[in-house]
This record gives sequence, C-alpha cells and structure tokens, in this order.
Amino acid sequence: MQFDWPLLSVLIWLPIAAGVLMLVLGDSAIALGRWTALLATAVTFGLSTLLYTNFDPTTAQLQFVEQRPWIELFNARYWLGVDGISMPLILLTTFITPLVVIASWTTIGRKPAQYYASFLILEGLMVGVFAAMDAMLFYVFWEAMLIPMFIIIGVWGGPRRVYATIKFFLYTFLGSVFMLVSLIWMYLQTCEAGQCSYAIADFQALPIGLTAQMFIFVSFLLAFAVKVPMWPVHTWLPDAHVEAPTGGSVILAAIMLKMGGYGFLRFSLPITPDASAQLDWLVISLSLIAVVYIGFVALVQQDMKKLIAYSSIAHMGFVTLGSFLTFELVRVNGDVRGAAMGIDGAMVQMISHGLISGAMFFCVGVLYDRVHSREIGAYGGVVNTMPVFATFAVLFAMANSGLPATSGFVGEFLVILASFRADFWYAFLAAITLILGAAYTLWLVKRVVFGAVANDQVASLKDVNAREFVVLGVLALAVLALGVWPAPLLDVMRPTVENLVQQVLTSKI
Amino acid sequence: MQAAMANFGLETVAAEIFLLGAVCVVLLVDVFLSDRNRWITYALSLLSLAGAAYVTLRFSVDSRIFGLDGMVVADPMGDVLKLFTYGAVAVAFVYAREYLQRRDLFKGEIFILGLMALLGVMVMISAGSLLTVYLGLELMSLSLYSMVAFDRESGVSAESAMKYFVLGAIASGTMLYGFSIVYGLTGTLQLHELAVAVGEIGAGNVGLTFALAFIMVGVAFKFGAAPFHMWIPDVYHGAPTPVTLFISSAPKIGSFVLAIRVLAEGLEAMVASWQDMLIALSVLSMIVGNVVAIAQRNLKRMLAYSTISHVGFILLGVLAGTSAGYRAAMFYTLTYVIMAVGSFGMILLLARQGFEADRIEDFRGLNRKSPWFAAVMLMLMFSTAGAPPFLGFWAKLAVLGAVLDVGLAWLAAVAVLLSVVGAFYYLRVVKVMYFDEPADQVAIDAGGTLRTVLSANGLAVLALGVFPSVLMDLCARVLP
Repeated sequence: MQFDWPLLSVLIWLPIAAGVLMLVLGDSAIALGRWTALLATAVTFGLSTLLYTNFDPTTAQLQFVEQRPWIELFNARYWLGVDGISMPLILLTTFITPLVVIASWTTIGRKPAQYYASFLILEGLMVGVFAAMDAMLFYVFWEAMLIPMFIIIGVWGGPRRVYATIKFFLYTFLGSVFMLVSLIWMYLQTCEAGQCSYAIADFQALPIGLTAQMFIFVSFLLAFAVKVPMWPVHTWLPDAHVEAPTGGSVILAAIMLKMGGYGFLRFSLPITPDASAQLDWLVISLSLIAVVYIGFVALVQQDMKKLIAYSSIAHMGFVTLGSFLTFELVRVNGDVRGAAMGIDGAMVQMISHGLISGAMFFCVGVLYDRVHSREIGAYGGVVNTMPVFATFAVLFAMANSGLPATSGFVGEFLVILASFRADFWYAFLAAITLILGAAYTLWLVKRVVFGAVANDQVASLKDVNAREFVVLGVLALAVLALGVWPAPLLDVMRPTVENLVQQVLTSKI
Repeated sequence: MQAAMANFGLETVAAEIFLLGAVCVVLLVDVFLSDRNRWITYALSLLSLAGAAYVTLRFSVDSRIFGLDGMVVADPMGDVLKLFTYGAVAVAFVYAREYLQRRDLFKGEIFILGLMALLGVMVMISAGSLLTVYLGLELMSLSLYSMVAFDRESGVSAESAMKYFVLGAIASGTMLYGFSIVYGLTGTLQLHELAVAVGEIGAGNVGLTFALAFIMVGVAFKFGAAPFHMWIPDVYHGAPTPVTLFISSAPKIGSFVLAIRVLAEGLEAMVASWQDMLIALSVLSMIVGNVVAIAQRNLKRMLAYSTISHVGFILLGVLAGTSAGYRAAMFYTLTYVIMAVGSFGMILLLARQGFEADRIEDFRGLNRKSPWFAAVMLMLMFSTAGAPPFLGFWAKLAVLGAVLDVGLAWLAAVAVLLSVVGAFYYLRVVKVMYFDEPADQVAIDAGGTLRTVLSANGLAVLALGVFPSVLMDLCARVLP
C-alpha cells in the first residue's frame, strides 16, 4: 500500500541519525545518551508496528514503496518496499534492538556512547537490507553493516576479539564480493535488454542461460551461505559469538544470520530458479549436515556461548532446507502446497530462531555479567539462587529444542512435514535434530541451572533485576505467542510465499 | 579541424602560461624573504593555484580544441583533471605546512618545486603530441626527484631520491625510445595523426608492437605498476611525508592522463596488444600490492603497496579499452587521490617534533585520544578497502563493471578476490586505532586549518560515497 509519509526511510534513518547524535554527545553525556538510544529504538519499534497494522496481507505486491533516483548514471534507485517476507524480518530487527539497549544499560564500561551508536547505526542498516528493492542499495547496506559489527566485536569483545572480528569481517566480505560481480553482470544484461537497471525485480524477470545461472547461483551461495552460516563456511560464527559482547551476539544470532536466509529467498531462488533446481541437492545436503553434524558438535561444547552458536547453525540449517525443498517436492509429486509449506517453515524458523537464540544469548549475558565466565563447568545449581532466571532459562531451552507451544516447534515442524512429502530420509535426518537439540540444550540447562550449588560464586548470585526481567519477559511472551498462535505471521506471508513458489517454478531459460 | 589547426591557439595553454608566470613571481619574491616571512611564499603558492583555477575556468572548452599547431589540446576532460589537480595540490600544501615548519623545512623551494611538478602534470594533460607528453613528464619527474631529496639532512631521503632518479631516467629513456620508433614508422608525433597512421599501418605491425612494449615500460613505471613498482615503496617511505603525500596526488593524475593520451588516443588501434600487456601489469600489481602490504609495519610503506594495488585497479579500467572503462579509470584515479591525500594527511596530523607517526603502531588507541580523527581514518581505511558506503567502493564498482562489460569476467573475479586480501591490512589500521590502548597520552598537536581540511577530506569520502553521482556524472560528462 501507499503510505503518505516515507515510513521505511524513517525506520532506516531515525536510528542512524540517533547514532550519529550519540557520537556527537560523547561519553560525557552518557546518561542522556542512554535514554536517547532507548527512545530512538523504542520509537523505531513503535513506528515499525505500523508496517504490520497497515500491511495488506492479500497481495504479494510490494508495499510502503518509496522510489527516488539515486545514481542516475546506472539507474540505481533508492527504492524501498516490503512484502510478506521482509516485513516480519524488519519487525524482528526493530523488536530486538531496544532489548539490546536495555540489556546493556549498565554493563558497558568503556566508550559507552560509541557502543550504543554502533547498535543504532547497525539497526538502521539492517532495516535497510530488508527494505532495499534495488540490488545496489541492498549491497551497500549489506556491506556497510559489517563495519559497526566489526567495531562492536573488536572493541567490547572478549580476549580473542581481534582474531574473531577480523575473521568475521573477511569471511563475510569474501562471500559477498562475488555476489557483487554477479550483480554487475546482471546489470549489464539488463542494459543489453534495453533498460539498464539494478532493480531486484528486473533481475528476477531477466532471462538468463543455465551456465550463467550456475555461476550466479554459486556466487550467491557463497555470499548467503557464509552469512547463514552453512557448513563448511560456518567457522567464523562460533568465534564471533564467543568473543562478541552480549548485545553483539544477540544481534548477530537474531538478525544478521537471517540475512543469509532472506538472501536465498529474495535472490537465489527467484533470480536463478533453474540453477537452484539443478543444485538443490547441494544446499539440501549441506543443510542436513548442518542439522545433524553440527548438532553433535554442539553436544561436546564446554562454553555456553559456543554451544548456542553451534545450535544456531543447526537451526539455520532448517531455514535453508525448507527453502530448497521446493524443487524436490514439485519434481517428485507436483506438490506446490508442500513447497509453500517448506518456505513458510523456513520463514517461521527464522523469526523464531531470532527470538530464541537472542533470548539464550541474553541468558548467558545475565550469568556472565555476574560470574564473568562462560564455561559450563563454572556453574551448577543456579536455580537455587536465581529461581526467576532459571524459569526463563528452562523456557528458552525448551523452545530451542522445539517444544510444542513454543515458536521453535512451529518452524521445525513445518519444515519436517514438508521434507516428509519430499523424501523420507530428509525428514528422518531433519527429525534427528529434535533429539539432538533436546540433548544439547537440556543437558546445558541441567549442568548450569540444576543440581547442587557448584561453588561460592553461584551461591552468592543475585536473581535477575527488573531490567533483565523485562528483556527476558518480553522475549518469553513473544516466543510463546508465536508458538501458540503463529497464524498472524503465516497470514501476512502467504501471498508472497505462494507468489515466490510460482516464480521459482517458472524456468528462465 | 583545419581551421583549428591554423589557429595558434594560445588560449589552449592559458593556464600553463599563467602558472609558469606565477611560479617565476613566487620564485623571485621568495629570494627576498626572510625565513620568518616564508608564509608569504606559501600564501602566494596557494594564490597561484586559485589563479590557475580561475584561468582554467575562464578558458574552459566544451569540445576538443587543438592549439600550437596541434602540439597541445584542450578538452573537457583536461579541464576537469586540471581543476582537480589544483585542488589536490592545494590540499597537499595545506597539510604539509605545519610538518615542514616544525622540522625547519619550511622553505620556498618545496612549494616552487611542487608548482613546477604541477605544471608538468598540466602539460601532460594538455598534450597533443608525444613530444609534449614527454616534456610534461620530465618536468614533473625532475621536480619530484628534487622534492624527494628535499630534506638534505636525511640519508634515507637522499638514497630514495637517487633510486627514484636513476630508475626514472631509465624508464623515461625507454619510453622515449619507443616514441622514436613510432615516429620512424608513422612519421608523426601528433596523437590524432598517429591514431590514423597506426590504423593504416595495421595494429599487427611488428615494429609498432616493439615500440609499444617500450612505451608500456615507461607508462607502467610512472604509474608504479608491478613489475615496475620497485621505486614506490622506497620513495614513499624515504621521502618526507608531505612529499610522499604530494607524490600520491598530482603525479597520479599525470600517470592516468599519460596512459589515456598515449594508449587510448594515440595508439587506440593497437588496443588488442596493449590490453594483454595491461592485464598482466594489472593482475601483477594487484597481487604484489595487496599481498606484500600485509607484511608492512610502516604505514607509509603499507600505503605505498596499497598504491600499487590501486594502480592495478586503475589499469583495469584503462585496459577495458572502452569509454566506460576510461571513465571508470578516471573516476578511480580521482577517488584514489582523495583517499591517499587524506590517509597521508592523517600521518601528518599525528606527527610531532621528533615523531613521524608513520608506523602502524603509532595510531594505537587513537580512538581514546581523538574519536573524531579515529573516525576520519576509519572512513578513509574502509573506503580504501572498497567497502560501501564509502567512495572507494564506487570506484571499484566502476572498474569491475568496465571489465565485465568487455567479457573479462575472470579478471573481475581475480580483482575482487585480491581486494579481500587487501581489506586485511586496512582492517589492521582500524584495529590498532580502536581495539588497542594508546601507548602514550600525548594529545594531537595540530592547527585548526589542518584539522578542518582533514575533517572535510574524511567527510568527503563518506558524502561522495553516499551520493556518488556527483563525481561519477562529472567523469561521464567529460568522457562521453
């Protein structure tokens, strides 16, 4: 729908402007700065709910469209818009960021103004990634986003932060430069077709031969697989997660990983449908390896953050699996409904994982702020001193292992259901995660939360304060709400997903 | 064309004549100044630049005009390049002042030599004949040799100047030899006649290819493209920092215009031959520049290798052999100059009495001391690495587009891969500024002008990155 004021631009530039303001204010006015950050992120979230309330769920058309010329020389446009796939992800972004601000209210000792400013600028850029409908604009946001994250991990991270952040930056940079080459190549193709354009929609409509599609597909795969991350290019993630400050881990897990999934749905599938159909086995195998193998890897972790990081990789495997089941489903049984179900599942899994993994990193953050250790061995019997915290931790752990009535169940269930329709063995392997996920998460909870009080430090722990309670409480509500009643989410996505399936099944050769 | 030829056309070289006059005046005035009043030379030099800009604008042209019987040419590209070069030189002078004053190097000669080098660049920009190209090139090079050796007390400077001079002279000689073969085969030195003559002889002519190889050595040397890059690290490292800064500004525009005038205009018909040569030079430069830069501990040396890699990227645009490619190369060159001037400006900002600030560790903890200038350096480094939303990204995008357009997809893939390698050492600078603790607590000691201009320099990298059309359209207008 057409909105009479540029809502998406406000969602992008308001946090960025607030971030710049915080940099100007500096550390001397940090009390004011904190409230500025909270106010800016809260207002951004408030405004973003307008996206939901004014969204027309009956169409796959872009809504809230803004289009202005940007670089006329090659017809790159400042073109924003949302559909059923990007809108929930924008909401997730604006929902998580204020929580990050609240959670780090008192825990950042050095350069707090820059800390909040980085998150604010990052928020704007992330919304930009989901809202950009011009590939060049998308790429600019996509790459620019790395810079604040690089700073966040490097300045406020743990002991090996320099290694982790440079690895993070170079990995993702390496992944995306090849995507850039593909984008330029497609742009040149549109020029040959008569109308130069960087619009994603034009790329989707562009006829491309199979060989070229293969190259483009692989370059996209590199970019998005690193971001998701998929096995075997996942190794940056455990490092980045472990070293990042709590807020950084949360944003990384909750939102940045989703960009890989989003990229597959927005770029890979519709732009290179034939190559995707040819190479879907590759993505499916990598996803299943992620689900099963990484699940086992998670079991043996001694570090809480590392365990959750590996669990993230396994859960994101469902996203890629669900997205790429489409071809198998349609090829084998012509099951278009099942294909849509796979993509639905992928989307729900992304949102749900955003909430749950974010929440779990917050939980680790709560413990870390008190004990300054992430080692599982340093804890035990936390429930005795922190009963409220323990309740939350158990809830999120259950959600992470896919307990029905939590959001974690819905996404995994849909994807497993869809894979059953495709191939029994896919479903079998995917379902192993229900066991593995339960094993590593619940074992984590058992060792950390339950049992006898392990040491004096645990004995002297104080339960969550009001600030932490708000953060965890809000997330818990969201996880439960989405688990019990996912219909609002599924409804807004339906036309877009159906449209996507149709697009994917239309050959471009 | 004939009418234009008959015209002696002094107005085509009005800016050069003005600057030559101005340099003479500055030189004379400087003789009678005491060291205390040296600022007058400095002010007059800046004034000369402003005057030259006025003259250039006054005599700017909409289309190509020949002058001095075809020895010189005036075209919109030349006007834009000249104006930009004045700006770069002015900024270089402004950045240099305090550093020179503190080291007792604030002499008139450095400004006069700088202006002479600029004059050489301008002659190259206006060149309509191989002879004019050579005149401009030598005027520029000789001024630069002396500028590098400007600090008489410093052995390192003298050594690097000597190296620069010997190698530069060989390269110039080689190129002149190439020119002479071309003259022998075609009977003309004028670029537009040459283009026709080469077409008639046929691009496959062995003699011409032989000549091209010699000319290419000269072009590659002046650019600093691998494997003719040996002088760059030593000269960048050995020269006083303001001179290093100067070398990375105006002369880079000179090298670009040298390639355009000689290869793209004079020897256009031989594009197939020089394209292959440039591909080799470009790939080698990107590899050598990016890989060796990783091992550097000295920031000036690191930026020298970074220059080599950027030259590789500029050559990508030139080798495409299309007007989109030349445009991309021009855009890249201008972008590079803006970024390089800023990066060396940062070194000058941090330099103090007895402290050069030219090691990477010298930037340690800058974010603690001055968040703003750390941010400026951050923008410059990410821009140089080619990360959006900064200007450097668009330059890379432009040259990648140009090579993809002529079907060299593998070259684009190699280029982006090496740019990732390159990102590492720029990140390291950001790392020491932001992640490390400062080694000392000495505050930045620099005057307001330097701070202001440097801030503007950093912001320009961001602003032009968010609105790249400004600079891109300019390049597109003059190279249609």
